[in-house]
Amino acid sequence: MSDPEQPQRPDWEEGGPERLYVITSGRDLPDKRSPLDMVTLIVSRNEAGGSMQPEQAAIVRICDYPLSVAEISAYLHLPVSVIAVLLTDLLSNGHVEARVPAPAKLPDVALLEAVMHGLQNL
Amino acid sequence: MDFRISEPVVGPRSEDALPASVTSAVKVVVVGGFGVGKTTLVGAVSEIKPLTTEETMTQASTGVDDIAGVERKSETTVAMDFGRITLNDELVLYLFGTPGQQRFWFLWNGLFEGALGAVVLIDTRRLEDSFDVMGRLEERGMPFVVAINAFPDAPSHPVSELRAALDIPDAVPVIDCDARNRGSSRDALLTLMRYLHTLTTTTPEPW
Repeated sequence: MSDPEQPQRPDWEEGGPERLYVITSGRDLPDKRSPLDMVTLIVSRNEAGGSMQPEQAAIVRICDYPLSVAEISAYLHLPVSVIAVLLTDLLSNGHVEARVPAPAKLPDVALLEAVMHGLQNL
Repeated sequence: MDFRISEPVVGPRSEDALPASVTSAVKVVVVGGFGVGKTTLVGAVSEIKPLTTEETMTQASTGVDDIAGVERKSETTVAMDFGRITLNDELVLYLFGTPGQQRFWFLWNGLFEGALGAVVLIDTRRLEDSFDVMGRLEERGMPFVVAINAFPDAPSHPVSELRAALDIPDAVPVIDCDARNRGSSRDALLTLMRYLHTLTTTTPEPW
């Protein structure tokens, strides 16, 4: 299988789709319409445990303060879709909690006024 | 950016951590062509150095567009830069920059869902790029304002001319913006918020 001129290359590239498949155990999201938004805030509820997958332990570790799904994706250098799969497990096991985004259809006046007020303070 | 996790994952610097009291987040999307200044605008107002997230592009790109270097791969990734503004103890705003070209519209699905609205950033040297973007936003029922990023060598058009050229509905605000400038970029966001406020408090027929 391996190229004799290339010493000990792994069978898959570290950045390739195969590795992402392994991280998520080959699962797609149970429901394509994930309840997780890019800006759903994730907060750890307990410490990272030894039985966790390294990527999941990393999520639990960096979410000691709230972080959005997008930020987790950026810090772990993994696509949002992969983070969503990892979070589904962590959420169902109660290792992390999710704070859902403010609804925005159409956004309520109080929410918009809070945003404007915050921006004016920039 | 490669997907790699060999080195220990480093989270945010402690000064970049959100207050534990933050309960919800809202998002605004900045749409525009390459080089129009999306990341510059995001960086101008963000309290953190803009971060990059990415999604895998699973659509066949052959025939739609030539992307150099994808011959070997059946998939490629598209990066999106984003920033953050903590608005108060409970509320945080995320600002995403996303490319406007049609081949990237697959990114829009998760991104625009639940977004408050969009800022369409325009370079007057490449007006044609923005036409499809606005049509697409209208289809999605996503409210937007148009911000013209002032490039020094760009032709200067009166707003009324641009509005006519791009067929922008009268109700949609069009503003000049210097994406490098914090105040100017903030004002673009405020214009969007005031517009949304108007839509919310008037008749429920924005278009």
